[in-house]
Amino acid sequence: MKSTLLSLSRSIKTTITLCLIVWAGPLASAEAPANKYQKTVESDIKRFSQFFYNKFSHVKPADFKDGIYAIDAAAREQWIEIEDFPPYELSIDDGKELFEAPFANGKSYADCFANGGVGIRQNYPHFDSKLNEVITLELAINRCRTNNGEKPLKYKKGPLADISAYMASTSRGEVFDVKVPNEAAYAAYMDGKKFFYSKRGQLNLACVDCHVGITGQKLRADIPGPGLGQVTGFPVYRAKWEEIGTLHRRYAGCNKNVRAKPFKAQSEVYRNLEYFQTLMSQGLAVNGPSSRK
Amino acid sequence: MKIIKVLLMSACLLAQAAIADTDVQKAQKVKQGQELAFDRKKGNCLACHYVQGGTLMGTAGPPLVAMKARFPKREVLFDQVSDARIKNNKTIMPPFGSHEILSKQEIELVVTWLYTL
Ligand code: HEC
Ligand code: HEC
Repeated sequence: MKSTLLSLSRSIKTTITLCLIVWAGPLASAEAPANKYQKTVESDIKRFSQFFYNKFSHVKPADFKDGIYAIDAAAREQWIEIEDFPPYELSIDDGKELFEAPFANGKSYADCFANGGVGIRQNYPHFDSKLNEVITLELAINRCRTNNGEKPLKYKKGPLADISAYMASTSRGEVFDVKVPNEAAYAAYMDGKKFFYSKRGQLNLACVDCHVGITGQKLRADIPGPGLGQVTGFPVYRAKWEEIGTLHRRYAGCNKNVRAKPFKAQSEVYRNLEYFQTLMSQGLAVNGPSSRK
Repeated sequence: MKIIKVLLMSACLLAQAAIADTDVQKAQKVKQGQELAFDRKKGNCLACHYVQGGTLMGTAGPPLVAMKARFPKREVLFDQVSDARIKNNKTIMPPFGSHEILSKQEIELVVTWLYTL
């Protein structure tokens, strides 16, 4: 008797599930197909950010833009003091000068970007559906140069980091708005996501191990910050570097720390990683340039 | 008779020396094991573990205490250091042996040191 009831309820369940699938089918396909990928990613974003909201329930969601300083109260106070006389100030000034200087052909950076390049940091990186690749701000800066007959700049530090710092500074407070328009973009996102979750190097550690698994725990004197809001403050002036550096320079550092071979700055791998990481930080405000330990 | 006594005495001395020697050797092994464990380029165990006598210790792994009670079998402790994935395939502890961060002999030294904790 019990078992017939059970199997009856099971078959009812199966029927309901089947109905749901049959009904959901035409409903889903009635929507614009491009949205399918965006939707999937949005549910990933929800789950990812919720993990950190739960783990650090004392942190205001909007504060995750401050990286490690969102969760480390002692370090935060020092950081706020440093930000009163920011060590990246000079970089912003230099970056502005470089940004405004015309190229040999008379054009300038402003001609390459929407809104003259002002207040647009939050739209990077974006997926270029014609070129089928992720375009980061740094890549766009260099393409602007080469398209105008200028030599490309080095990607990890120096003038390019200064220009990036200036462009970020004009976008502070704007909210990151990166989309996944199509299947190719979704593939780039998945590539970056895989990278974030893959064990790497002699120490066999994945980004997720430190920036999700043990975020907030001490590793010697370091505390790996939350994976949410890791990209929002870049470029950063790091005391350890004694200068400003780009996100991909930091990626190389975290790869080297686990004794893995770093990839080239602006390689496809790192651009896809940045795409994934920025998507995970949707809704947070641009906070760059920033200072870091 | 005198010769036998001398022989016996020197044998005793030798035996004593041998015992003393292993004690010294043991202490040396413990010291070497600790050095390997503390060295940032080798074990760097303190990155994640509390260890009595350590400084700047991490909190990502459990404190390393009472090893004898928790790991009565030496092979099990050896495996934990050599490849923690054997016990927990989702571990974040680096596989020191399998990834050749430490050699077999070096892991033996670390294990000898661990048993003093
Ligand atoms: C062994 C632990 C560890 C691993 C593995 C690791 N990181 Fe980090 N990472 C850190 C620590 C510690 C910091 C410094 C504190 C902070 O800002 O989070 C850091 C900082 C960063 C920062 C700078 C954040 C900021 O606001 O300035 C980024 C970005 C980053 N990591 C990305 C990654 C990525 C991507 C990977 C994988 C390729 C990775 N990390 C792997 C420990 C790690
Ligand atoms: C990156 C972090 C990390 C490093 C470095 C690390 N461990 Fe671990 N260790 C862990 C974690 C996490 C555990 C908890 C069990 C597990 O996940 O395997 C652990 C568990 C252990 C245990 C079992 C403890 C118990 O009571 O069950 C021993 C013993 C141990 N580690 C020894 C070492 C030694 C020795 C070294 C250095 C040679 C070392 N660990 C380096 C993270 C680490």
